[in-house]
Amino acid sequence: MIKTDILIIGAGPVGMFAVFEAGLLKLRCHLIDALAEPGGQCTEIYPKKPIYDIPAYPEILAGDLVKNLAEQIAPFEPTYTLGERADTIEKLDDGTFVVTTNKGTKHNAPVVFIAGGLGSFEPRKPPIKEIVDYEDIGVEYIIKDPELYRDKRVVISGGGDSALDWSIFLADVASEVSLVHRRKDFRGALDSVEKVAELAKSGKINLITDAEVKEIYGKDKVESILIKHKVDGDIIKECDHFIPLFGLSPKLGPIANWGLEIEKNAIIVNNALDYETNIPGIYAIGDVNTYPGKLKLILSGFHEATIAVQFAYNIINPGKRYVMKYTTVNGVTGFDGEKKEAKKAVVKTID
Amino acid sequence: MSDIKVKITDREGVVHELDAPTDMGMNIMELCKAYELPVEGTCGGMAMCASCQCYVNSDHELPEKGDAEEDMLDQAFYVEDNSRLGCQLHITPEMDGLELELAPESDI
Repeated sequence: MIKTDILIIGAGPVGMFAVFEAGLLKLRCHLIDALAEPGGQCTEIYPKKPIYDIPAYPEILAGDLVKNLAEQIAPFEPTYTLGERADTIEKLDDGTFVVTTNKGTKHNAPVVFIAGGLGSFEPRKPPIKEIVDYEDIGVEYIIKDPELYRDKRVVISGGGDSALDWSIFLADVASEVSLVHRRKDFRGALDSVEKVAELAKSGKINLITDAEVKEIYGKDKVESILIKHKVDGDIIKECDHFIPLFGLSPKLGPIANWGLEIEKNAIIVNNALDYETNIPGIYAIGDVNTYPGKLKLILSGFHEATIAVQFAYNIINPGKRYVMKYTTVNGVTGFDGEKKEAKKAVVKTID
Repeated sequence: MSDIKVKITDREGVVHELDAPTDMGMNIMELCKAYELPVEGTCGGMAMCASCQCYVNSDHELPEKGDAEEDMLDQAFYVEDNSRLGCQLHITPEMDGLELELAPESDI
């Protein structure tokens, strides 16, 4: 069990900055993120894009913002659980929380900050009503083990790189591969598009363009699908697996089931005071929260993190007095004892 | 006069005639949000989520789709020939009288 003072879910810029503010109050933080690296959207989606509304930075690349934040919080020795998604939360008798990830890693802390941004990135599901009923019994959105498809009849749907690459790969594994795409154009790497065209010509991939998968049939597993073709109309195609590959989209995910008050995919917090959710001890900061007048800006998230940390201090150190101090006056003392502070004025007598 | 009129049909079929400013650097996704139409704009306008997909029902000549928009529409659902991403349509005086219809929400 990983133990910490503040458990932060989401290692984006706001979660990272919370580590700094907590550190000033001598509180330790541990961060969980479904992505493999800290930085959230800034790292995953737009590291090379500039941001212009970070105070005192006329322009900063999102990737550089994250790099600077990592440097700023380093003295407070944050620890991470990366590549895992926070799945469940339970409250223990002593009032602390245990958060467990999808890989079973357990974390224990008296205070939880949800800084989950848009949520975790999940596969985009095509709008077929019955698709959820066939998940894991023939419908897979992510290919984990290609051997599952050995000598099976597979239908892949999508027009991007992953649809192309897996069609090529599975052409040698599965007994039959069909690739269904809404258009004739494929927007993948040229090599992959050419390879698929070649395999289609030699009959190793059954290429069906101008078509969409609309329905799924089968008793206890996928047995066939209905393909709607623009010209030829409905085609019933027998198959063992249907693999829709339409990229990822952000979803609030399992946090939505934690008993928090939610409005339009965001967690309602008390913005008049402390950014606490309806569950005492759980705060939500940054893009993941909502309140009247909410702005989804990094700078707003920084503010929310700073406020929430002051209240977390009271939960972690009940009754212990503290007042906010200025870093310029007091410097910053890292957990390794190293102190950064303003240079002392030199006192020298002039004779 | 820097306002134009844009007609947007929501998912219930209700037509909203909106005054759209051309001098605020706004796009159609932002216009919908400003009038509290049910457009999520999840990605904030980076052509990465398709929650602002709409169909163009008038014959206005609109700027061509960029690569990011083409890529996203390729992965989105309910896409038709007249599909565009609202966030990639920057409001200009030439769009006066534009008629749009919100595409269905793609989450089940």
